[in-house]
Amino acid sequence: MLKTTPFHERTAALCASHAWRRWAGHIVASSYELSHEREYHVIRAAAALFDVSPLYKYLVRGRDAARLLDLVITRNVLKASVGQVLYTPWCDHAGKVIDDGTVARLDEQLFRMTAAEPNLRWLEDNAVGLDVDIADVSDSIAALSLQGPAAGSILQSLGAPPLKYFRIAPATLRGIPVTVSRTGYTGDLGFEIWTDREHALALWDALIDAGRGHGIMPAGMLALDVARIEAGLMLIDVDYVPARKAFIDSQLSSPFELDLAWAVNLDKERFIGRQALAAEKERGAQWQFVGIELEWNSLERLYAEVGLATRLPGAAWRMSVPLYADGEQVGYATSGGWSPLLKKYIALAHLRSPWNAIGTALEMEITVEHRRKRAGARVVKKPFFDPPRKRA
Amino acid sequence: MKAYDVIVVGGGHNGLACAAYLARAGRKVLVLERNDRVGGAAMSEEVFPGFRFSVFSYVVSLLRPEIIRELELARHGLHILPLESTLTPLANNDYLAQWSDHDQNRRELARHSPRDAEAYDEFGLLLHRMARAVKPLLSTAPPDPASLDPRELFDLLRLGRYFRGLPEKDLHALWKLLTMSAADYLDEWFESEALKGTKSASGIIGTLLGPRSPGTAYVLLHHYMGELDGVFRAWGFAKGGNGSVSAAIAAAAQAHGADIRTGAAVAKVLISGGRATGVVLENGDELRASVVVSGADPRRTFLGLVGEEHLPEDFVRSIRRYKFRGASGKVNLALGELPRFTCMPQPGPHLRGAVSISPSVEYLERAYDDAKYGEISRRPYMDIVMPSMLDPSMAPPGKHVMSIFVQYAPYRLNGGWSDARREEFGNTVIDTLAQYAPNLKSAILHRQVITPADIERIVGLSEGNIFQGELTLQQMFFLRPAPAWSRYRTPIHGLYQCGSGTHPGGGVMGASGRNAALAILGRRA
Repeated sequence: MLKTTPFHERTAALCASHAWRRWAGHIVASSYELSHEREYHVIRAAAALFDVSPLYKYLVRGRDAARLLDLVITRNVLKASVGQVLYTPWCDHAGKVIDDGTVARLDEQLFRMTAAEPNLRWLEDNAVGLDVDIADVSDSIAALSLQGPAAGSILQSLGAPPLKYFRIAPATLRGIPVTVSRTGYTGDLGFEIWTDREHALALWDALIDAGRGHGIMPAGMLALDVARIEAGLMLIDVDYVPARKAFIDSQLSSPFELDLAWAVNLDKERFIGRQALAAEKERGAQWQFVGIELEWNSLERLYAEVGLATRLPGAAWRMSVPLYADGEQVGYATSGGWSPLLKKYIALAHLRSPWNAIGTALEMEITVEHRRKRAGARVVKKPFFDPPRKRA
Repeated sequence: MKAYDVIVVGGGHNGLACAAYLARAGRKVLVLERNDRVGGAAMSEEVFPGFRFSVFSYVVSLLRPEIIRELELARHGLHILPLESTLTPLANNDYLAQWSDHDQNRRELARHSPRDAEAYDEFGLLLHRMARAVKPLLSTAPPDPASLDPRELFDLLRLGRYFRGLPEKDLHALWKLLTMSAADYLDEWFESEALKGTKSASGIIGTLLGPRSPGTAYVLLHHYMGELDGVFRAWGFAKGGNGSVSAAIAAAAQAHGADIRTGAAVAKVLISGGRATGVVLENGDELRASVVVSGADPRRTFLGLVGEEHLPEDFVRSIRRYKFRGASGKVNLALGELPRFTCMPQPGPHLRGAVSISPSVEYLERAYDDAKYGEISRRPYMDIVMPSMLDPSMAPPGKHVMSIFVQYAPYRLNGGWSDARREEFGNTVIDTLAQYAPNLKSAILHRQVITPADIERIVGLSEGNIFQGELTLQQMFFLRPAPAWSRYRTPIHGLYQCGSGTHPGGGVMGASGRNAALAILGRRA
């Protein structure tokens, strides 16, 4: 059977839509209400509460904990201070991305790593000869994500300390021991709250209670998907094929091709994939992961030609959609949808050089009344939506 | 009397497939089957009133999808139902289950070893890639590297180019799969004994080899072959039993105009001036055709039906050396109630899949140790399915049929097979299984025990080898069944082979029958 999360007792009672989806072997709500629309708006206007417990979580502890993680991920762990969280990809020896997640330095010799896929074997195999203990705490640690402009006020009303962007600190919320990180997957002001499984329901209740006056609302994966696309955040298995699942080489991606050059620290003397990545940097990546925006007028014209008003996707889509420039295919979009806030049709896309430069004119395939058409689009800067409150 | 272009000797599934393809191409074809029913080892029989069994072969794994499509086997009644899981009961009342759902499977594997759960997907991906690398060898007639025939050279070149095109890491992995033992190969990936035991079992089926014998890793690949053709659940059970496969192919052959004669045992292939000219039956009747195709195994075909006197001496030597060494038997049970496995006593989806008695590699290797010295395994490996769980027509309402494939039961048993030894074999199997399912003995209404000697006697497979010769690397591809004679032709003009003793070999696959027909028609597979 599938697993349920530590919050299932609460989420199941709230899930009026009965729409569930799988996430890492668990069931989680796609939306709680019949439509995800309001849940999306709560992310941007108040505070949305997500159950993110299915994330894989590892505690890495010991004298060589920093060394192990510094070897595995592409960012510099040795220089990370206690209380810092790093978003990072990690690669195989060929410099191709295996997974992406966060590494939080909880103490000098204690880290928590989150991942989308199981990574225990990868960590253990790379820890040979190191003085380090790796524990899979995926099931024993429950996690909630509180995202939106009101998230800070809610947490502070419960006694959480103020936190800067990508910082983490221990806290006690109504007597519940937690760690709170200023992280999230929405591109908004937001926090993730981590606690032992046995405190899960009490934590949920405390947040809902404290959030009531701030418009808190549980939100599901459909709303999250819209927000993360607006935030320009990629999703494993959707926007890229992790190296371990690639059948053919052309399915592999390097961090450079995923717009993660900023997260690759080639100053580090040694880390997995370094040699390949240094060579790739020298060569220059052939692909880039970019944001594109469809031109409304072009879209409207395609629908008008068949006598219809413009139709927009009701939810974010996840599939491969061809992109053209100068008459030939130069890339593909992997997720996209309508941004209810920006009133723009946006997508995340892989484009070959030189068609990935900001402002490049493209065409995206779109099916209008059973016929394949091409709508005008152009490469734009991502994140599509980047409010100052995210970092403030 | 009707004149035939082709006579097919043996109405097993390959002989029938060959006949169907030839008839479809307009040839006048006659199939001669010794028994009073077609199917060979792919047959169903109501052994006990109300209980139908796939008496010999019992699952469908690699039946070529193109055969189902081209011969329209669904229209002729074939429906393959998926076998979705494997349950391995363990001695401590625990179990290892492998489920078709990825998340469910990962969770169960992680219960035994989180590392194995992670490695499992990577292992699957690698074997998928390897299966893809080897596939060109399976679906075409194998070129002989020693041949000077320009067409074969061209094929060889094509194949060489293909292999050269493989990434280096895949070549390395392929080399390992071709040379290592299943146990060693699995040790490189997994730590759970139950998982390694159960996976390695697929490397030993039908051979007198153990999981630690080199070369057995290759057979692991066969499990992944089906995936490449859109058969996502490669293991299945034919509705009505495996006889339905043969019946559907026979019906297709007849629909294309082939004649099938049962109860017609062929005594000899008629040969004149180095050419096959027909056959003579055991009753003395002579039947003429310019092409004769034998679905019998290489030993029966060449040393029996043809006769050494008609064959080159080196070829005869190769055929004599070709290894059969039947190692497996069957126990078919009619059950009054479902077995209750101590590790999972309630009826449930696990009973719709396979149950594998393979708790560890060591268990299997010890089972092999007994057989190596001519004894029945005291604690045998078993692959168990209950077709009545998937297809209620196999047993009366509320009752069940259980098919137990057992290894090892060596053909060359010390002192030879007798009725007493057969019963001893049956008792060993039931005693072993009853340790995992204590109600088994009281649930048994009837039992049928089949030894390799029985398989040879009833089906005609030499030494009772279920694959018409071991699926080991020294007699696969361009060496199956003999060097230079791997492409369905034989040293006798007009005589072809189409059985599992030819490339690509055993399993209810049908590829040999189809490939042989295409070779006879002068077409590429």
